[in-house]
Amino acid sequence: MSTPVGFWNRNWGFITLAVVALAMPLLVADAYLLSILAFMATRFMVVIGLSLLLGQAGQISLGHAAFVAIGAYGSALLVTRLSMNPWLAMVVAAVLAAGVAGVIGIPTLKLKGHYLAMATLGFGEIVFILLVQLKGLTRGTDGITGIPPLTLGSLDFSQPRLYHVLVWLVALIVFRLALNLSESRVGRSLKALRRSELAAESLGVNASWRKLQVFMISAVFASLAGSFDAHYVQFISPDSYGITFSVILVCSVVIGGFRSVWGALWGTLATVILPEVIKRIHEDAVNLVFGILLILIVVLLPVKSGPLARVAHDVRCLFHREERG
Amino acid sequence: MTGQQFLQYIFSGITNGSIYALTALGFTLVYNATGIINFAQGELVMLGGLSAIGLYRAGLPLPLAFVGALIIVLIVAVMFEQLAIRPLMAKGVLAQVIATVGASLALRTAAMMIWGREALPLPPFSGDTPIRVLGASLTPQTLWVVGTTIVIVLALQFFYKRTLTGKAVRACAVNPLAARLMGVSYASVVLLSFAVSGVISAAGGAMVAPISFMSYSSGALLGLKGFAAATLGGLGNPLAAVFGGLTLGILEGLAVGLVSSGYKDAIAFVILLLVLFVRPQGLFGGRVVERE
Repeated sequence: MSTPVGFWNRNWGFITLAVVALAMPLLVADAYLLSILAFMATRFMVVIGLSLLLGQAGQISLGHAAFVAIGAYGSALLVTRLSMNPWLAMVVAAVLAAGVAGVIGIPTLKLKGHYLAMATLGFGEIVFILLVQLKGLTRGTDGITGIPPLTLGSLDFSQPRLYHVLVWLVALIVFRLALNLSESRVGRSLKALRRSELAAESLGVNASWRKLQVFMISAVFASLAGSFDAHYVQFISPDSYGITFSVILVCSVVIGGFRSVWGALWGTLATVILPEVIKRIHEDAVNLVFGILLILIVVLLPVKSGPLARVAHDVRCLFHREERG
Repeated sequence: MTGQQFLQYIFSGITNGSIYALTALGFTLVYNATGIINFAQGELVMLGGLSAIGLYRAGLPLPLAFVGALIIVLIVAVMFEQLAIRPLMAKGVLAQVIATVGASLALRTAAMMIWGREALPLPPFSGDTPIRVLGASLTPQTLWVVGTTIVIVLALQFFYKRTLTGKAVRACAVNPLAARLMGVSYASVVLLSFAVSGVISAAGGAMVAPISFMSYSSGALLGLKGFAAATLGGLGNPLAAVFGGLTLGILEGLAVGLVSSGYKDAIAFVILLLVLFVRPQGLFGGRVVERE
């Protein structure tokens, strides 16, 4: 079972990703490109969590930017105000994010349909308003400056190459955890309850608890990403954590495909690279493209049964004909 | 707080509350026909406001700009229903949420590309000489907003209770299959609901523009508040939606007086979360929210 060949067959995708991601600093010299790649790692962490929630558990959160904000502001405030160790601050912020997710999740995950979406949207907006209004604590729209970078002994992670390795290592660990989770008993029970909560529960899956677990895990991933960004950029302001960011995160999961955790990778690549391309054509059009993509993807998503299957089939035939012509 | 100030806050609360009530009505109409929460509802309000402003700036007289805005939003709502909602009727809630969220992002960005980032004003419909009522002042625009809201609510009530088409729409809300068996075209009911919901939202947006300006990003907040209002009253019940909107508006008005205007916007979300936690079916029952 654990022959080298078998191990390679099971893990070649992950190993390739790890090698490519960690080798990037050797291949890329451009500082701007390196910072985008590092930024991609933290975005990847958030999207992985959301992909577990959306794809595996079938629950949508439209307020995930708030958890990223909790990580960023939690870290920044604990370090600058209480001079806490940055690594410890990061952990404290993540625990806080998990706690908040629990408080939000317990009542709403019991409700079906659109309610988690609306509750998280409202929660995201409250956090945003607090960031702007609690001026004594957060300095409002001015943001917090002078957040110290991460260090470990003599290693200074404000250096782009070193930071790139650190943040991608963490992202890879998060990704491995998520992959394991989706292939484990937890993942199977999540997939079961996405199809039919009733059937899953009759087989002994505690649906509410499973959904809550995933929601809290995704909040922790988002918080960690927020902390890393805050320590690297050394400046944070509320603008980065609005509704639009939450929607872009959902967009990453949907574009990548949310039936597999690997979709998080493709989605992150798409939503980080695509804006760089669209910006050159039209500065403001980025979100317009994302909005239309969201609609197109769910409308054209293949449907296997029901009256829509025929329509979807017809649409696909249409494209085939065009290709031949 | 003196009596005069109190009255002043109530007036401003009722004005904003009317807009929330119209947005909540928009949510309710679509929800009753399809079971879908349209996350782009607030963007339709914003689009109504900005279209009226745009047409007025292009030289149209105010009444024509108002009607033009309703028509533009009507077209957008109908196109959205045809292109995105119709193919998704057979799919799950998740797909519907994602599609309407996508539409909200697209509409918001399109509005920013057309009208820019600045919040734009619209002149009041009939001057801005305030009317004194018991020491508090009332702008004529407030009367327009409240009056139009009353007319819309009464017209909707008449439509739903007295006309055959209205009864067909209500039948679909209760049981789409049974309604279809009785010869009601479900597809037309859904289309009609989106059209009416769009026009009502647009009217709200165009009427509030003279009071609180309108920018591409106003829609998100208005939509959330409208949904909070609808949930407070009880999702699915039009009159409860109106009640929820007015209650929310008045609470916000009082919060500005008692706490600070900065936190005004947070009230709606605190109410929304409280209702979802404590009494998800809203104050007046409405449709029962599925609990496990």
